[in-house]
Amino acid sequence: MTESGLVLTRHHGAPDQTTLAGYERVGGYGALRRAVQIGPDEVAVQVKASGLRGRGGAAFPTATKWSFLPKETFPRYLCVNADESEPGCFKDRVLMEEYPHQFLEGVLIAAFALRVTHSFIYIRGEYRSQRELLERAVEEVYRAGYAGRDVLGSGWGCELIVHGGAGAYICGEETALLESLEGRRGQPRLKPPFPAVKGLYGQPTVVNNVETLSNLPFIVEQGGAAYAATGTEASPGTRLFCVSGHVEHPGTFEVPMGRTTFRDLVELAGGVWKGRKFKAMQPGGGSMQILGPEHLDTPLDFKAVADAGSSLGAGALVVMDESTCVVNVAMRLVDFYRHESCGKCVPCREGTYFESELMHRLEAGVATRSELADLSDVCANMDGRCFCPLGDTATWFVMSAYRRFPEEFEMHCGAGVCPVRYRQEVMV
Amino acid sequence: MADLPTSSKSAEMLDTATIRRIADMKGKYPEARSAVLPSLWAVQDKLGYLPTWSLEAVASQLGLLPSDVEAVSSFYSMYFNHRPGRHIVQVCLNVSCGLRGADELLEQLRESLELDDEGNTPDGSFTIEGTVECLGACGGAPMLQVDRYSYVDLTPETAVELVQGIRAEDGRRR
Ligand SMILES: Cc1cc2nc3c(=O)[nH]c(=O)nc-3n(C[C@H](O)[C@H](O)[C@H](O)COP(=O)(O)O)c2cc1C
Ligand code: SF4
Ligand code: FES
Repeated sequence: MTESGLVLTRHHGAPDQTTLAGYERVGGYGALRRAVQIGPDEVAVQVKASGLRGRGGAAFPTATKWSFLPKETFPRYLCVNADESEPGCFKDRVLMEEYPHQFLEGVLIAAFALRVTHSFIYIRGEYRSQRELLERAVEEVYRAGYAGRDVLGSGWGCELIVHGGAGAYICGEETALLESLEGRRGQPRLKPPFPAVKGLYGQPTVVNNVETLSNLPFIVEQGGAAYAATGTEASPGTRLFCVSGHVEHPGTFEVPMGRTTFRDLVELAGGVWKGRKFKAMQPGGGSMQILGPEHLDTPLDFKAVADAGSSLGAGALVVMDESTCVVNVAMRLVDFYRHESCGKCVPCREGTYFESELMHRLEAGVATRSELADLSDVCANMDGRCFCPLGDTATWFVMSAYRRFPEEFEMHCGAGVCPVRYRQEVMV
Repeated sequence: MADLPTSSKSAEMLDTATIRRIADMKGKYPEARSAVLPSLWAVQDKLGYLPTWSLEAVASQLGLLPSDVEAVSSFYSMYFNHRPGRHIVQVCLNVSCGLRGADELLEQLRESLELDDEGNTPDGSFTIEGTVECLGACGGAPMLQVDRYSYVDLTPETAVELVQGIRAEDGRRR
């Protein structure tokens, strides 16, 4: 473990981390050299020892995912998921903007361990400056001989291709990402077969998130055990959490898993802004369930947060102060899902449409109580019945908010009073 | 639609630099079809949008059917099938931005720029989109993008200043 206990941001403050020269000055690409020395199998052993779990949202153990690739099938591909568009998430952007070479070294270590010949970085279309920066970094990497033919004299070669999306949240879902990368509409595929068996161009493929791979240089350099030791046994490692909403200083904060609580995160971000009271929070990104003040002391541990009824998801935390109308927040989220539903299956396409229409009527104060009752019905018919998780998760925030703040939803009906706004108006 | 060229001719209407970019990209991927999205970006970067004839041109460069390319271009929200304003301004209205005043910011922009119903300024210099997709900069909320570059930590006033500044800059250049 490093003295600071940091992994992803351990080079914070070192100059020129966006250039190859700057990164090499802090030992950059030493881990790739080491990987080449110890060989692909030993890299996989270290990743297993690290206990690293995917940071894209589903927290699947990385080494296990890698082990699903059929042994003798080539070519095989690595697709890096840099589509980051979960509401409240901006950590992958920060990692690519501030530490692009640490990220690329991670990509190359994974590509080497998996013996892939092509690695694709699928970056969302809205990340234009980040993409330009990444492309410059990729050029440097080629020139230095870390990518291309015969990397570091290992006999292994790999192409690195940066591929830009064009505005579709669903392309973050791994099979939709593969469809998009193949030049099609980004609609999810039926699983199984899983990408590890049949992925890009029908070949074995690993899809990993930007943050997941950015951990690899540390893991190879210091060993899997050192990485695991930065967190707890159940939740090894650190994470880069994105804190936004009603805090004084929104931003990203790298903290050890398991030993940090939501309250610590809120405090790192300067506390609830304007001296106001905390009302609720949404961890994990737009898909996840709302939590209240009683959960502030829950540790950032996969199981503890699941027990509290939500998830760490993609590492976001959106804080809402006492002036927040949760009906309004839920309306924004269901609007997002309606806009982003790929239209492939009925429960999601029609369900998100209904949700959004209803939430707008509710927010405008013209929905009736029986319409509100329909909301629960419709959501029950979506959750678990959609083709991919987008449709299921489109119900989670709104239903959890309704359960936690029923009176707030009900008072919006008919008479059209927003209790939060009303209270504020009475106060002033 | 009278000036629609025939498909064999449509490729000739693309300039040679764009055709070269498409050919380069085609060579980069294990399968040519993967070059569809980057090719559409190349065309849109050049023309500002994707007229129907350009979809046919991309299809013929990549050995695909025009309908394959059209199916892709219509799926992704960042491709335009009509000419938008010279600059695209996307205001994020998702949760983190909404919590910090994005609605007021968009409202102020609307008012000061006298937008029409489609969000265009009368002089064609801007198209303002109140898109709801989180733009991945929630730490700098409220924020917006101009031509896909982010501007963060805005207030309604600084947002208006930013856009007016771009307009003034364009005026000087012309
Ligand atoms: C609707 C939807 C959107 C997703 N968006 C992203 C995303 O933007 N970035 C990401 O890394 N994973 C995203 N995922 C998760 C991916 O499908 C996949 O699990 C992940 O990229 C695997 O990487 P990991 O194992 O390193 O976490 C999304 C999943 C779903 C269902
Ligand atoms: S759940 Fe929604 S996003 Fe997923 S396949 Fe169905 S329509 Fe598409
Ligand atoms: S909510 Fe606006 S950038 Fe994320």
